[in-house]
Amino acid sequence: MIELFQLHKSFGSQKVLDGLNLVIEPGRTTVIIGRSGGGKSVLLKHIIGLMKPDQGKILVDGVDIARLNDRGLNEIRKRFGMLFQEAALFDSLTVGENVAFPLREHTKMTDLEIRLEVKERLKAVGLFGIEEKMPAELSGGMRKRVGLARALAMKPEIVLFDEPTTGLDPVMTEAINNLIIETQRSFNLTCVVISHDLQSIFKIGHNIAMLYEGRIIEYGDSAKVASSENPVVRQFLNGSIQGPMRLM
Amino acid sequence: MGRIGIILEKTGKTIEGKVEEMGRTVLMCLSIFSWMVRPPFKIRPIFKQMEFVGVKSIFVVVLTGTFTGMVMALQGYKGFRTFGAESMVGATVALAMTRELGPVLTSLMVTARAGSAMAAELGTMRVTEQIDALYVMAVNPVKHLIVPRVIASVVMVPLLTVIANFVGILGGYFVGVHVLRIGSGAFVSNIVRLVDLEDIYHGLTKAAVFGLILSVVGCYKGFNARNGAEGVGRATTEAVVLASIAILVSDYFLTAIMF
Repeated sequence: MIELFQLHKSFGSQKVLDGLNLVIEPGRTTVIIGRSGGGKSVLLKHIIGLMKPDQGKILVDGVDIARLNDRGLNEIRKRFGMLFQEAALFDSLTVGENVAFPLREHTKMTDLEIRLEVKERLKAVGLFGIEEKMPAELSGGMRKRVGLARALAMKPEIVLFDEPTTGLDPVMTEAINNLIIETQRSFNLTCVVISHDLQSIFKIGHNIAMLYEGRIIEYGDSAKVASSENPVVRQFLNGSIQGPMRLM
Repeated sequence: MGRIGIILEKTGKTIEGKVEEMGRTVLMCLSIFSWMVRPPFKIRPIFKQMEFVGVKSIFVVVLTGTFTGMVMALQGYKGFRTFGAESMVGATVALAMTRELGPVLTSLMVTARAGSAMAAELGTMRVTEQIDALYVMAVNPVKHLIVPRVIASVVMVPLLTVIANFVGILGGYFVGVHVLRIGSGAFVSNIVRLVDLEDIYHGLTKAAVFGLILSVVGCYKGFNARNGAEGVGRATTEAVVLASIAILVSDYFLTAIMF
């Protein structure tokens, strides 16, 4: 279980997280929604220890990762996988080498075993025979799927998705959403997804948390959030310019 | 008073920023050294970088070294001829190349070629979240990306300097003996008489330090790049300028200490 207590984070005079509290349930998909530039990616980076909070606790199964040193953090990170917004594939490596990267770094698998595992991981995300291609040769959707294959290579318990469907066409969006749902179900993963694609939010999310002005202002299952009376949530879900939410 | 206050404040902030950056560079150096001696040790990435920093710089270093040696011979000849000491041209070229021009010019060329590439490559990796991806996969980017580049530079810049010294002296020999008609025996014997092994060793030590400087500066600037393509461009420019200045300034102090 991931628990965030009283998280504060500022960049200069700009407060991004302001006493944020959130519990991410294990074995479920929690979607964090909120306006662009509202601190969703910052929150995700805190969960995996890429950023340290100014104040507050980030507990992963009771361990406060904000207090861990590099070695401790690396041990925790081995339980995580992350799909970045632009997939963050290493552009000097082939697709196969990208997916094999964590296996080469952290396991004693032989070359043959790694090759078979890579093939298997790519097959699981619907990709065949592209091991020798370079990331630059791939479409946006393919890059994200390779990124997901890499994120899942070490069989993580927790997977973080940073806007997995942003910039994709509706068909590819649907394919990625289905992939997230299937992956979550088959491996009983804890997933944290950042998104502002309304269709995707309700399709993939068991729980939805709305981040606004550095705090979670609404949290619950899809039905609860969809029927929320909170005017900020309503404005966000309706995509309306009129309302209490300030445009940046 | 108000205007003076603003000027002082701005100056103070600039100095504070520079001091902070120096501190961060020192911290990165310490981090690099500590990761250098921590396992796992992977040779392959180091050889890959050695090829990039060293082998692929040979052409430009040979070109620079040869013409520097040739022009040194030409200039030296004009000076020495006035008091009939033309035979000293060879020793002058050899001493200048081994002690000074070899290491400095080689490291400046490697800075322009490889130091800039290190900043651009790491900067691109930073702004496209590839460095974050390494952290997420529990792989330390300093160990994985920077240590091989630093080791490769410290090893390859001295080796390139050996080549630059050799072709520089050869270029000087060609101009001195075949163009300016200085006696071959006098040219070579003065080199042997006046150039000590110590001159070569000290030159190579300087080259290793310059290799360290250009790689640390290039990697530091790239690693801390921000704000997309513009930030990567800025990091690359800053890396080349800062590394070149640092090489020339440290050259003085190293020379003062060693010779």
